[in-house]
Amino acid sequence: MSEVNFAEYKNIWVFAEQRDGKIMNVALELIGEGKRLAAELGDDAKVVALLVGSEEQVKDLPKECFTYGADMVYTVTDPLLEKYTTDAYCSVITQAIQKFKPEIILYGATHIGRDLAPRVAGRANVGLTADCTHLDISLAKYIDFAEANTTLNTAGLDRNDPDKKLKMTRPAFGGNLMATIVSPTSRPQMATVRPGVMQKLEPNPNATGEVVEFKPVLTEADLRVKVLEIVKSAKELVSLTEADIICSGGRGLGGPEGFELIQKFADKVGGVVGSSRACVDAGWIGHDHQVGQTGTTVKPKIYFACGISGAIQHLAGMQNSECIVAINKDPDAPIFEVADYGIVGDLYKVIPEIMDAWDNAEALADALK
Amino acid sequence: MFNIIVCAKQVPDTNEIKINPETGSLIRDGVPSILNPDDANALEEALKVKDTDPDNIHVTVVSMGPPQAQDMLFECIAMGADEAVLLSDRAVGGSDTWATSNAITAVIKKLPFDMIFSGRQAIDGDTAQVGPQIAEKLDLPLVTYVQKFEIASDKKSVKVERQLEDGYEVIEAPIPCMLTCTKELNTPRYMNMAGIFNPDKKITVWSAKDVEVDLTTVGLKASPTNVFRSFTPKPKGKGTMLSGDTEKDVAQKLVGSLKKKHVI
Repeated sequence: MSEVNFAEYKNIWVFAEQRDGKIMNVALELIGEGKRLAAELGDDAKVVALLVGSEEQVKDLPKECFTYGADMVYTVTDPLLEKYTTDAYCSVITQAIQKFKPEIILYGATHIGRDLAPRVAGRANVGLTADCTHLDISLAKYIDFAEANTTLNTAGLDRNDPDKKLKMTRPAFGGNLMATIVSPTSRPQMATVRPGVMQKLEPNPNATGEVVEFKPVLTEADLRVKVLEIVKSAKELVSLTEADIICSGGRGLGGPEGFELIQKFADKVGGVVGSSRACVDAGWIGHDHQVGQTGTTVKPKIYFACGISGAIQHLAGMQNSECIVAINKDPDAPIFEVADYGIVGDLYKVIPEIMDAWDNAEALADALK
Repeated sequence: MFNIIVCAKQVPDTNEIKINPETGSLIRDGVPSILNPDDANALEEALKVKDTDPDNIHVTVVSMGPPQAQDMLFECIAMGADEAVLLSDRAVGGSDTWATSNAITAVIKKLPFDMIFSGRQAIDGDTAQVGPQIAEKLDLPLVTYVQKFEIASDKKSVKVERQLEDGYEVIEAPIPCMLTCTKELNTPRYMNMAGIFNPDKKITVWSAKDVEVDLTTVGLKASPTNVFRSFTPKPKGKGTMLSGDTEKDVAQKLVGSLKKKHVI
């Protein structure tokens, strides 16, 4: 890699992924996280939302980026950018990097972000950290995070260290291990970040900022693959990351028909259906329901783990839920180690009783001393 | 000859990894090494293409890792691959995804190919980066998250479905191209006797010198990402176990408690 002059690289970019002219939630979460990081970075670092697409798709979106905290928006528009393709998006983003030299770029770890970011990293010859769940710049903040959430011995770290590298923390080995990664030798520092883990800012509808148009060089010949069709799945959209309540089933259901009860349960409590990897692998339910290290990371208000033993890779995806309720026949199931409320019993008997009790919550709460 | 390369990785079976509760460290002893699951789907799809014209389609599995990764490559050959190449050299040890893609690209450049398949991601790191980065280094069109695959009869293009969170895209890509495969694509076949005992099928082990890779682009020192710290997550404190005479009692205690704590 050739020497880079780090002083030239400024600002924090968020790839503001849009599909059909709608900004992905994770992009707004990353703008919020970018704001937090910019404060740690200092030097008037700005949070810049990078909007890529057709002019029609992008034209109304800068306002939304400002509302959620962006200081500035770069728009990159071309009819050839209407449908996402690796070739076109990689080309225009690499051109924008060369021109504007951002210090950090954050992408949502979506099926598009995880396709795009590695190709950009390969072309720009920079480091990329995948699927981050926590980011820090200041070492003091990193120490606070580590002490509160991890087993890391922080004795060797100095709170006053002026180091301003982006510290990117991610799970590895199926969530058994966490690693904090840095990219000390290349710029921009790049990360994909899991949807659902960072916090959106409170919207400020009056916020505004500068919009800069960037016109890249792009021709039809640059697009080697053709997107013939985009098919939305006919089934109801599972939005695990947005759900307040998730009712999740595991191998303890005994078979695919167990998800009928879980669906009824979810309908009753206003939740959505999740699943452990075992059930997805067994073909009992679609992969879009999977919670865990290789599925979706969730942190709902209530997570009902029904017949889920609690493999580490599953825990990695749900243990930050505000309240975890575990129902399992096996009193030694690891899921009870992270549960706020544990019930040892037959889920086929317990769940219908919870559904019965649900509408009576007020009276039941009063009945408890 | 139509040549297909499959990129595969030997990984520890992460479902078998346990944590020592006292030290908080990983227990890797006795954890079996396996062919990365998504890579098995990549190999299966290549073998399905080969099945259509076995004498004129050649499948080579490429990997990087320590010498014991040959066990995994032997498994690939037993499934039906024609040959395998392992890049094994201390010079490439400690490579991150960028450096790994440089090393594997150097191997692939030594081999004839029309198509490259790899798994979507490996279960040890879950990064999904090496496939796209190889495609970039070889300047190949790329489709990731492939869940359905069809090759044109003239073998000049492919039509695939690329998985999205809420559906899929139908994509046409020219050949040569690179595809990364999901487990929804197929069910990998078992090893078979013909594969195991065919003496024409061989595993070649190459060094960094053999593949003429630029040593300033591989290995730990050349890697643009470094591990700053690693650790295990702190286990969350144990909560309340609810019990009662009947399921009804327990359920009512639960719902009452959730309400009382303002969870609902």
